[in-house]
Amino acid sequence: MSGEESIVFLALQANDETRPVIEAILADNPHARLDEQPAMVRIHAKGRLEVRRETIEELVGHPFDLQELHINMITLSGHVDETDDMLTLSWERP
Amino acid sequence: MDIAVSKKKLGLKERYALMTRGLGWEPSYQSIDDVFPMDTFEGIKIHDWDAWEDPFRLTMDSYWKYQAEKERKLYAILDAFAQSNGHLTVSDPRYINTVKLFASGLAPLEYMSHRGFAHVSRQFRGVGPRVACMMQSLDEMRHAQTQVHAISNYNRYYNGMAEFRHHHDHLPYLQVPRSFFEDAATGGPFEFVVAIGFAFEYVLTNLVFVPFISGAAYNGDMGAMTFGFSAQSDEARHMTLGLEVIKFILEQDPANVPIIQKWLNKWTWRGARVITLVAMMQDYMLPKRVMSWAEAWEIYFEENCGALFRDLARYGITMPPCVEQIRKERDHLSHMAWCQFYQARGTLNFQVWLPTAEEMDWLSAKYPDTFDRYYRPRFEYWAKLEAEGKPFEATSVPMQCQVCQIPMFFTEPGNPLALAQWHRVYEDEQYHFCSEYCREIFDDEPEKYIQSLIGGHEVFKGNAFGPDCDPSAEGFDPAAAALDFWRINPGKDSGLFSGSEDETNFNLWRGLAKTNS
Repeated sequence: MSGEESIVFLALQANDETRPVIEAILADNPHARLDEQPAMVRIHAKGRLEVRRETIEELVGHPFDLQELHINMITLSGHVDETDDMLTLSWERP
Repeated sequence: MDIAVSKKKLGLKERYALMTRGLGWEPSYQSIDDVFPMDTFEGIKIHDWDAWEDPFRLTMDSYWKYQAEKERKLYAILDAFAQSNGHLTVSDPRYINTVKLFASGLAPLEYMSHRGFAHVSRQFRGVGPRVACMMQSLDEMRHAQTQVHAISNYNRYYNGMAEFRHHHDHLPYLQVPRSFFEDAATGGPFEFVVAIGFAFEYVLTNLVFVPFISGAAYNGDMGAMTFGFSAQSDEARHMTLGLEVIKFILEQDPANVPIIQKWLNKWTWRGARVITLVAMMQDYMLPKRVMSWAEAWEIYFEENCGALFRDLARYGITMPPCVEQIRKERDHLSHMAWCQFYQARGTLNFQVWLPTAEEMDWLSAKYPDTFDRYYRPRFEYWAKLEAEGKPFEATSVPMQCQVCQIPMFFTEPGNPLALAQWHRVYEDEQYHFCSEYCREIFDDEPEKYIQSLIGGHEVFKGNAFGPDCDPSAEGFDPAAAALDFWRINPGKDSGLFSGSEDETNFNLWRGLAKTNS
């Protein structure tokens, strides 16, 4: 079984700061699922999950540094690739 | 007139390169092997340290910025929780016992982790891993401090927490988590980062800080919720680092593969054994339940570690053989552990209870194949004895596994009615093990594990008595002397929760909070 079948996930605290972030992730990743648990959410998806700065900025209406995610991030799974514009979680590898 | 041209800001990758690699230098008057003498003896071969990259590309300046932000949020919540008598808003006073276990079982491991990473951040000759290990070392110190701060709010009102450090060092059951970390910290630097990055961060902390902490939030503990999630936000970085280290080592030389496989086999098992405590907290100690241990295990081990091992298959790494046994034990683990703690309740720094009828129904539903058949009858029998005024309590010291140090209560995988007993004679001494896999770990490094400090043995050797004790005096009570040495106040810190001082006080204070009289 290759990495495309494995699940990646990102768990975030459920609060005012993360609400637009969660909305943006779900919009950018139509294959992702939202799992709501007490005080937190877990977004999981097969193979790959992308967090895009631009989508978040459109929703919050101000510049957003992706590293701000560290403040409300609880846990994640998959290999991480982080640039100024996008944080990618994925089990896919060339 | 000159027009000021604003300099283009550096991108994340460039900034990371300058703020990590750019900080290193080549030694000129000492050989590099003398400067870093410890990163070769384990047999791991590294040809290109620069191939290592921190996936989060976090540099020291942004590290301080975001960690400071996390701390501000955390302490605002902790202060609010303490100021508003938050301890009285938890769902059920039994919950507070999980906090006691947390303070003495887990917070000291965070501190140990801080020490371990501070140590290895000096041992690797590559700059990237050194910077990442140093940040992790600071994180772990923060976790120890915030956990102790958060829990100190409970310590003002309830028993069992004031001596958490002494308990961690001496109380027999706490030697299980303590020896786990000491085992890792006494390995070489590569084994330490693989052990802690994988077994502790990737497996254990996900299970502690995600489903358990979500459960703490559900039970009204804002303090635990906030330190738990705040810590795990660092752990997300740590487990990414752990993974990166494993990948990096595997890619450097094919000769590294069997060494890493051996460590993954060992630490998967060590992690699974120590996690018994978390299984029990999840199924028995959270009065309001979010998910069962078995459900949490499916997400954070089966799904998540399954993905990792599929990913590592390209290097020839396979799922450790012990996973078969771990799967067979999944539906037994928490029940076996709670039975053991119930019987040994006189030697604990927290209090226990028998599950209520409603709680047993929940356990039956979550564990349809095991609970009613093997565990419910035991709890019902003990409940009957309690009702008759003659509750059962173990009065002797249990035999403990030489490696994981857990009392030998595990049953054989696939045969829940046969007690697992494994033995090995080494240099004319017999040693006992809970499992084939703990014995395998012993066999690989017997000279290390014959030195294990086993809580029960210490009692028999006379090492669990204070300096003023005279065991030859008439009427000497060894059990009372050991409890005194362990700083356990019988009846206040230990025993049954029902009728305890903590229960009485909680109900009194909660009553006062609801009325004006």
